[in-house]
Amino acid sequence: MIDIDHITKKFEQFTAVDDLSFQVAEGEVLGFLGPNGAGKSTTMKIITGFLAPTSGSVRVDGHDIATDPMAVKSLIGYLPEGAPSYGDMTTLDFLNFIAEIRGYRGAEKQRRVELAIEGVALDEVRYKTIETLSKGFKRRVGLAQAILHDPKVLILDEPTDGLDPNQKHHVRELIRNLATDKIVIISTHILEEVSAVCSRAIIINKGRIVADGTPSELESRSPKNQLEDYFRTVTHESVSHEAVPQAKEQV
Amino acid sequence: MGTTGIIFRRELANYFVTPLAYIFIIIFLVMNGIATFDLGGFYIRGQADLQPFFSFHPWLYLFMIPALAMGLWADERKTGTIELLLTLPIRLADAVVGKFLAAWVLSGIALLLTFPIWLTVNYLGSPDNGVIFAGYLGSWLMAGAFLAVGSGMSAITRNPVIAFILTVAICFAFVASGSDIVLGAFSAWAPQILVDAIAALSFLTHFDSISKGVLDLRDILFFVIFIFSWLLATAIIIELKKAN
Repeated sequence: MIDIDHITKKFEQFTAVDDLSFQVAEGEVLGFLGPNGAGKSTTMKIITGFLAPTSGSVRVDGHDIATDPMAVKSLIGYLPEGAPSYGDMTTLDFLNFIAEIRGYRGAEKQRRVELAIEGVALDEVRYKTIETLSKGFKRRVGLAQAILHDPKVLILDEPTDGLDPNQKHHVRELIRNLATDKIVIISTHILEEVSAVCSRAIIINKGRIVADGTPSELESRSPKNQLEDYFRTVTHESVSHEAVPQAKEQV
Repeated sequence: MGTTGIIFRRELANYFVTPLAYIFIIIFLVMNGIATFDLGGFYIRGQADLQPFFSFHPWLYLFMIPALAMGLWADERKTGTIELLLTLPIRLADAVVGKFLAAWVLSGIALLLTFPIWLTVNYLGSPDNGVIFAGYLGSWLMAGAFLAVGSGMSAITRNPVIAFILTVAICFAFVASGSDIVLGAFSAWAPQILVDAIAALSFLTHFDSISKGVLDLRDILFFVIFIFSWLLATAIIIELKKAN
């Protein structure tokens, strides 16, 4: 279980995450929604231990990220925004490196790497240099490193961003197949994705939770029974009321 | 193998995947040749030692080593891999040391590949090979000191060129503070203790005494502590600047 307890993150004057609290239990696939700059990525960076919160605490399976970061990091598989990887390496070398860092050696290392390659269909590019790969393959390399150690917690920052519909479908399938006893948190801009794979959705705006429920619950809160509609209702304060219809006309 | 070793191996292998390692080694060897034989008057001196070879190393390192170090952390920041690396179950110290060691070993390989010059001097005369060994050790330690500064400056920015320029500037200060020009300018008015303090901080002072064959523990300790301090600074800078 992930327990996020009153975390706040300030960057000088700007408050990116504002007293955020929520829990995620085993088996949940949590969709993390919000406009750009709402604090989604910052929250994910705090859970994965990349950034320290200004105040508050994060516990994963009882381990506090501040006092026991190694235990937490071992439990988490993380795909950072933009799926960064070492471009000069081949897919296979890169995954071998990750496997070694994760503590696997010899036959077990090979088995893990092969499973990850198979899991996200990377076989045809295993000997290719990562920087020469297409965006879709790069994203899958990032996913492969995140699932390599069969982590209990999977945190994916915009996993389908920039993928074509087939690739999106594939990644969603992958997430659905993972999810039985795991915790998955995905951030996304694509609202249909939430209905497709998530068992729960949290919408945040300006670093605060503005909605929390199952996708169908959130949909039912809008008069048109659409998640998109509800999303705009709870996050629209960042855009002035007149601007939306005006922009629509221009489009 | 511990995580430091895994990171070290990846970094070192990566130098050889890209042309960087080969370019670095070739330029280093060519520059060493020019410096030793043309500028240093290797033959004209008529002495069987490698003094002219080693005496150019501080100035050679001044622009070669920052080029090697500038990408250490700036590239991680630029490509976003820093977020990947630091959310893996490793300690920051493992990454800082592993990366530094890879660059240091590469500079050591370049240095070892100057062995023909050692063969030459042994063919021409009978040099004191103990002094030459000390010279190589001193030179490698000094390369480590340059690299450690470069590591710290690389952690400051996502732009490798800025890291390069900052490293050159700081290393220049640490080299030049031992030169006669700087020390002469100070000794005219400053108390001797200040002049000594400035000289004691210089790479030149410590490298010169090692390369003359005087293996004083204090000179070696200077470089070891210097490297350690800058690597510690690297870790602190990364920790402070992770957010941007």
